[in-house]
Amino acid sequence: MTAQTMFDKIWCDHVVVPETPDTPAVLYIDLHLTHEVTTPQAFAVLRRAGLKVRRPERTLGTIDHSSPTDPEQVFGRVPIAVESAGRQIAEFERNCREFGLELLDMKHAERGIVHVIGPELGLTQPGSTIVCGDSHTSTHGAFGALAFGIGTTEVGHVLATQCVLQRKPRAVAINVSGRLPAGVGAKDLILAIIGRIGVGGGTGCVFEYRGEAIRALSMEERMTVCNMSIEGGARAGMIAPDDTTFSYLSGRPRAPQGAAWERAVNGWRRLPTDPGARFEREVDIDAAQLEPMITYGTNPAMVLPVSGRIPASGDSAFRKALDYMGFTPGDALKGKPVDVVFIGSCTNGRISDLRSAAGVLRGRRVAKGVRMLVVPGSQSVKRLAETEGLDRIFTAAGAEWRESGCSMCIGMNGDTVARGKYSVSTSNRNFEGRQGAGARTLLASPVTAAAAAVNGRISDPRELLT
Amino acid sequence: MEPIRHIRSRTVVLPSTNIDTDQIVPARFLTTTTRTGLGATALFADWRFDAAGNPRPDFVLNTPAAAGCRILVAGHNFGCGSSREHAPWALTDYGFQAIISTEIADIFRSNALKNGLLPVVIDAASHAWLGQHPGVELSIDVERRTLILPDGRAIEFPLEAFARYCLLSGVDEFGFLLGQADRIAAFERARA
Repeated sequence: MTAQTMFDKIWCDHVVVPETPDTPAVLYIDLHLTHEVTTPQAFAVLRRAGLKVRRPERTLGTIDHSSPTDPEQVFGRVPIAVESAGRQIAEFERNCREFGLELLDMKHAERGIVHVIGPELGLTQPGSTIVCGDSHTSTHGAFGALAFGIGTTEVGHVLATQCVLQRKPRAVAINVSGRLPAGVGAKDLILAIIGRIGVGGGTGCVFEYRGEAIRALSMEERMTVCNMSIEGGARAGMIAPDDTTFSYLSGRPRAPQGAAWERAVNGWRRLPTDPGARFEREVDIDAAQLEPMITYGTNPAMVLPVSGRIPASGDSAFRKALDYMGFTPGDALKGKPVDVVFIGSCTNGRISDLRSAAGVLRGRRVAKGVRMLVVPGSQSVKRLAETEGLDRIFTAAGAEWRESGCSMCIGMNGDTVARGKYSVSTSNRNFEGRQGAGARTLLASPVTAAAAAVNGRISDPRELLT
Repeated sequence: MEPIRHIRSRTVVLPSTNIDTDQIVPARFLTTTTRTGLGATALFADWRFDAAGNPRPDFVLNTPAAAGCRILVAGHNFGCGSSREHAPWALTDYGFQAIISTEIADIFRSNALKNGLLPVVIDAASHAWLGQHPGVELSIDVERRTLILPDGRAIEFPLEAFARYCLLSGVDEFGFLLGQADRIAAFERARA
């Protein structure tokens, strides 16, 4: 038999109707995650056509994108401040009721960002196909799943048929050798990878992250890496499942249990790419050479080591980006003043991210004039952080501690950065206006963001880590 | 959907590279629950309008020459970032029928085709020529997958066979997928 990539294996296992020159493959979807923002128009199509959801048990709803993070609003003691968001949430609740879908609603103890709760509940499993109307669905690939974002029309297709029409993408290997140095984490690694391949480098591709540095990552770190595959243009990113994966999933409420668990793990062990399997392209990165990274422009590939200087010249897009950011070619990034620090999002809103940030803040204060917002990725992450006392470290330092959601990553719920202000953010996109009209975003790891909060300036976090 | 066989229009040029879907429709417009109405207010909102909501006279869509243009020529890697289908909804609501670039991001491309918005990826030299000649009249032949320049030169572009069939016949993919119900049921039984 020909050697197969992990992507090939999962793809072949889910083909309902093979692709032909005239038609794409019909691909079966094991898990459909849904949220309030990208579904209303899809439910409307089903309603008009008199269709039901084909597999409600393979569908889960949560509320994350436009939901408030202020507890008064979350728990209904005051109305949701962004009225259109409140109406959208109410419509999603009605749709889930009408179509018989399980919803982790506003007050639910397991609600959270869609890409945080899937893994947390044990729903995200190796070998499965997962879609959601959100481009960061690539996160779930960390478990050796084929997971990708879809549009609202496709959300309707999956609700009604549990399938999508797809042409097979190409598999690209990202080989990461060596080990990450101290103070350099998964966020720095993926930013460096995107800096290397560019924001469109993965168009038409699925990434498989491989190599010693990847094997050494925890599941939460692997999720951070896969999460930002889309920022390199790849719809999906994957990492082969191993004992790290299995021990993360073992005992999770919706993972297989008992004999079913043993059977599942035996199957999952056959998923990794066969020796000798061919990738369309391979990219090699040496983890040992990396430093803490931070972006300086308006896309995630405009990234530098925190000790670096902005290039002295570039094309018109480069100049436009620098103009938006208020930076000058040749500027050093370290020492630039910061107005806002955001810790959270599907990229860095998990418990290990909060622990890292708290590690920098413990016994220190957020610098005068800096607003720091800490938003856990889910209500479960929030509870665990509170059990560990992380919330008190944040609030004692002068940061705001909130309910879970996408919050300031996308700024739909009123958590925004003001025009012209600088935000060091652990989220995934530094696009113009992403955190609010005119906001200037610098993407970084949780420790780099926390160091910026403490110093009020862009800083090398290694100077604050003991 | 209406069948789309030919598109004929002058072009409007937005040369920026990596135009992400947050620029096409900023997130604050995503609380809508319908597909319509995004063209007037949301499309390129932060480039089209100043903080007070007034049109920026220097933005190309606000210039008289852009009125009625159905073809947008944009820089490399158009539509990257968020999967929001609001981006093609806003572009079609505004009146665009085709986007020409040297690269178009995967999810945007897929979403565009489902809404009768044609993604046209061409070579860098032809694209550069279009960038230097804003407002030229182009003709796009969907069946032949060709873009015809004013001098009659034809440039081929890739268009997936099934997407082309759907555009030409005015059907959507949904009917095809619903027609696979028996095979989907058989697949589910075989895995159970």
